[in-house]
Amino acid sequence: MKPGSLSGAGQHVLLVAGSLVMMLPFIWMIATSLEQGGFANYVEAWSRVAFGRYFLNTIMVTSLTVLGVLITSCLAAYAFATMEFRGRSVLFLLFLSTMMVPQPVYLAPSYVILSRLRWIDTYMALIVPWTANVFSIFLLRQHFMTLPRSLYEAATLDGCGRLEYLWRVVLPLSRSVIATVILFNVIGSWNSFMWPLVVTHSEELRVLQVGLSYFNQELSSNYQLLMAASTFCTLPLLLMFVLTQKQIVASYARSGIKS
Amino acid sequence: MRHQGKLHPYLYILPALLIVLLFRALPIAGAFAGSVLDYDIGGSHGFVGLANYARMLADGRFWNSVTNTVFFVLGVVPLAIVIPLFLAMLLRGRLAGKSVYRTIYFLPVVTSAVAVSVVWTWLFNPEAGPVNRVLAAVGIEPLLWLREPRGIFELLLAPLGVHPQGTLAGPSLALVSLMIVSIWKSIGYNTVLFLAGLESIPGELYEAARLDGAGRWGVFRHVTWPMLSPTTYYVLIMSTIASFQTFALVYVMTPPPGGGPLGTTNLIVFYLFQKAFDRFDIGYASAISVFLFVVLLVLTLAQRRLAGRRVHYQ
Repeated sequence: MKPGSLSGAGQHVLLVAGSLVMMLPFIWMIATSLEQGGFANYVEAWSRVAFGRYFLNTIMVTSLTVLGVLITSCLAAYAFATMEFRGRSVLFLLFLSTMMVPQPVYLAPSYVILSRLRWIDTYMALIVPWTANVFSIFLLRQHFMTLPRSLYEAATLDGCGRLEYLWRVVLPLSRSVIATVILFNVIGSWNSFMWPLVVTHSEELRVLQVGLSYFNQELSSNYQLLMAASTFCTLPLLLMFVLTQKQIVASYARSGIKS
Repeated sequence: MRHQGKLHPYLYILPALLIVLLFRALPIAGAFAGSVLDYDIGGSHGFVGLANYARMLADGRFWNSVTNTVFFVLGVVPLAIVIPLFLAMLLRGRLAGKSVYRTIYFLPVVTSAVAVSVVWTWLFNPEAGPVNRVLAAVGIEPLLWLREPRGIFELLLAPLGVHPQGTLAGPSLALVSLMIVSIWKSIGYNTVLFLAGLESIPGELYEAARLDGAGRWGVFRHVTWPMLSPTTYYVLIMSTIASFQTFALVYVMTPPPGGGPLGTTNLIVFYLFQKAFDRFDIGYASAISVFLFVVLLVLTLAQRRLAGRRVHYQ
């Protein structure tokens, strides 16, 4: 027993009580979703509006966004971590400073820019602006900087080029950070709401979160169907979380320490 | 490390740089530029100086959203620190079932704000919702929750015959309901941060304190709390910034056009959103954006200053 902690049993009583409070909304969600119609509620909620379409949109937007983030971040982080060039620290500061500005601050001007590009109500608007992520660049750079330089010298002696070195040596040594970057961006992209709400209008382009919020407005009193829809909208991410919870929790903890 | 060509490094940075310039730096600059323009759905109608800011200062609805946001942040942040700190103290060390607890506390963090809001709207439903059913079971009158515009102090003090008005009535019960959801959603993340902070404190410090005869509270005050201060400081800043930006909860739980009963859950980002996208009043919305940005910047700097002397970095 550590100093300052309660006795074992009291500790568990408190933790179990806390767990119940945290779980109750989920339990009620599932219980309500099965009231009256049972599983038929799920079938009906799914077919009332185009949830299949929303799912496909979300999966597509999320995977392309994460792919884009991985490409742009690995390249940029690699240059920031291992190369010397004029303006390196200025550029890095520019990147970091944009991270300090909250998204709502530049939402309206972003809309204007997207409409000038004629990207409003397109997949481009949902994906392209999020294919660079400064926090991911930062995490990768920190990790790349810890790799010994002798590794690079040995590789170049074997005739390995820069890009090849990144691909063959650096990335395989960075699996855990890359996993962190993927998880953060999958969660962020899957759950993002304000942006897709603003930059798309047509139903064909609705992602899951926007679709669920419209469904909620249309059916504001049919709670069995709403809870069924909430359940299948959260299930994929909850499953991913339970399967990778160690990695995710460690990633979030790391995000705090690193900053 | 020397590189052969001079162009190389820039090519590596170029893709990220293009996105950052076009979709971060440019719109951030655009917020400042837009705030001094008369800009609506038809585009810019010219420079108006500080007229948007003057309008903002005279706009009662804007100040209402600021008051609501201040209530919200003050209600959420302290509890989003104290509860996770307490949980982390319980969870630290080797404990049976630790990862199960941690997983459960973390579930709301990875759940989308929209789904969370839809579920809690049902929980708070005044007619048949589970929260009121539980209250009824212990003999408490049903409450209106998300539909209640009356202030929390007004409700609490009414039985005593005291009726505070205006700001003194406190945040509406509707806004308090949003606070509850927000705290519930952020507990897991902050607990994990505190846990990481606690586990980085070297065990010898505890032993030294105990050898000096410190009791349980003494150990917490003289070892845990000061050693944890960088984490606490980080959690404080992140929670403050995050609560200032609350949007989905307002949008889904107290749906448009209102911003809640009598506008009592209209938070600043929601108000900004309404101005920009219901009215396409981009110039005015930009002025609000700049205000939000400046407030967050000042708060971060002020917290850094205040904490500067107290935060104990190893």
